[in-house]
Amino acid sequence: METKEMIAAYATRLGDTSLILSHRLAKLYASGPTLEESVALTNISLDHLGQATTFYQYAAKLNANGLNEDDIAYRRNEREYDNFQLVEQPNTDFAFVMLRQYLVDAFNYHYYSALCDSNDETLAAIAAKAIKEVKYHYRHSREWLLRLGKGTEEAYNKLDNALVHLWSYTKEMFTPDAIDEALASLGIAVDLKSVQEQWERDVFEFFSELKLQIPEKIFQAKGCKEGNHTELLGHILCEMQYLPRAYPDAKW
Amino acid sequence: MDNNEEYQKNLLEFERKIEAEEKIEPRDWMPDAYRHHLIRQMSQHAHSEVIGMQPEGNWVNRAPSLRSKKILIAKIQDEGGHGLYLYYAAETLGVSRDQFVQWLHEGKAKYSSIFNYPSLSWADIGAIGWLVDGAAIVNQVSLCRTSYGPYSRAMVRICKEESFHQRQGYEIMCDMMNGTEDQRKMAQDAMNRWWWPSLMMFGPTDNDSPNSQRAMKWKIKRESNDKLRQKFIDKTMDQAEFIGLTVPDPDLKWNEETQHYDFGQIDWEEFYEVIKGRGPCNRQRLETHIQSHQEGEWVRNSAREYSRMMKEAKKELV
Ligand SMILES: [Fe+2]
Ligand SMILES: [Fe+2]
Ligand SMILES: [Fe+2]
Repeated sequence: METKEMIAAYATRLGDTSLILSHRLAKLYASGPTLEESVALTNISLDHLGQATTFYQYAAKLNANGLNEDDIAYRRNEREYDNFQLVEQPNTDFAFVMLRQYLVDAFNYHYYSALCDSNDETLAAIAAKAIKEVKYHYRHSREWLLRLGKGTEEAYNKLDNALVHLWSYTKEMFTPDAIDEALASLGIAVDLKSVQEQWERDVFEFFSELKLQIPEKIFQAKGCKEGNHTELLGHILCEMQYLPRAYPDAKW
Repeated sequence: MDNNEEYQKNLLEFERKIEAEEKIEPRDWMPDAYRHHLIRQMSQHAHSEVIGMQPEGNWVNRAPSLRSKKILIAKIQDEGGHGLYLYYAAETLGVSRDQFVQWLHEGKAKYSSIFNYPSLSWADIGAIGWLVDGAAIVNQVSLCRTSYGPYSRAMVRICKEESFHQRQGYEIMCDMMNGTEDQRKMAQDAMNRWWWPSLMMFGPTDNDSPNSQRAMKWKIKRESNDKLRQKFIDKTMDQAEFIGLTVPDPDLKWNEETQHYDFGQIDWEEFYEVIKGRGPCNRQRLETHIQSHQEGEWVRNSAREYSRMMKEAKKELV
């Protein structure tokens, strides 16, 4: 693969994770514990959607195959999506929503901080804009986890339950593939090993403050960068892509 | 001064302010009936913004492009924000938001009946923005001059965003009318279903609107239902014609004499049915709101417990 192609694939999968997370959050427009929180969740959804759009636009430019950002979002199938499986996980309850968000936010915080120094100017610029949003997201989800983890026993139990479920989708975020490695050696992609160290330091420390036990000996999903998914993604795409698929000639 | 004398003095001062177009502020004296009218109207308005998120939210995960997805999410978010401004403004009348929400759940407070209709296709998102927000703006622009200060200021903020919503909705309709045969059909179908309910948003005719008189006298309401409805029809007709949409009203025609459009009979029976809770989505809209409120209970409890603990920890430090 040429470097240009690799960067396009790299941008596309960053877009995929942002888009699917945005999609999940958008549905919570009126489901927050307060109206203020509903508004905050849609705000975060919009940030991720904006990130996805700019990543896809960049990928479209590099691909030069005539497909635009909407084609990338709306005309690919499950196996062509390379998002983290973590962001496909459902809005089961507010503990799931916030823990999912926290795990991704902590990742994004370190990841985008590093991507700001990318040798690829466009990726660096996208990251520089995203990091401002991510800092706010990270603070927001952390504040909520404090309230759930240190508040009532009921909330603590729900958080603990969410952790048992979601922890299975954390490892793969740090597993590099050939594209990560090739682009990292050029100073374009982020070194996942150092992101992992920083993420684990933050997360382990925070969870011990919340007295949350990290689940051991559980299933760890893998393969998000090879289009591997839970059964949930197909349904997300069914819904999301319905109109462009049903009316292929229509412009919206 | 005895009580009656005091009351008369306050009332005179209140009426002087209204007459002079001075705003009534939360700490000013106001007649009980004025306060109650506002509590009812402002909370109904706030609930409408919030319940109004549901028919649009029905399409939030099916928006057909990244741009339309962004616009729709942002619009729904705006409506949530409008709900917040209005609850804050209404709370200045001495009623808490919890109380407002409880009245909604008990069926004691209403919201705009337009949101009790289902959104069935993507064109409905266009029709809602164009017609429903379009009708809301006509009403809200007039409410910018309402006599209660906090309400008036909330309206000024809200109107700016509503005109975006109206334009974006119209843009969807334009794109669809310029699109494929299927898209044009969808757009016309949405027009057919949303037109009459949009006209009903202005409420009963002036003859059947007893509360209106008093609200006009106090300048809570600045223009009559019928006048606002006519304004809406006049401006919307041109936009419909321009993109080739047919208004589902055979009696609708330009009247040279009045310089307004004449229009057909509104189905007031349907209007009152929906108001009384017997519209297509009344039950569903309210149940959805109640359910998400209940699902948030444990979160709110935990947040409250957490802040109580933090306060206590602070006290111990001191
Ligand atoms: Fe509205
Ligand atoms: Fe609004
Ligand atoms: Fe609006």
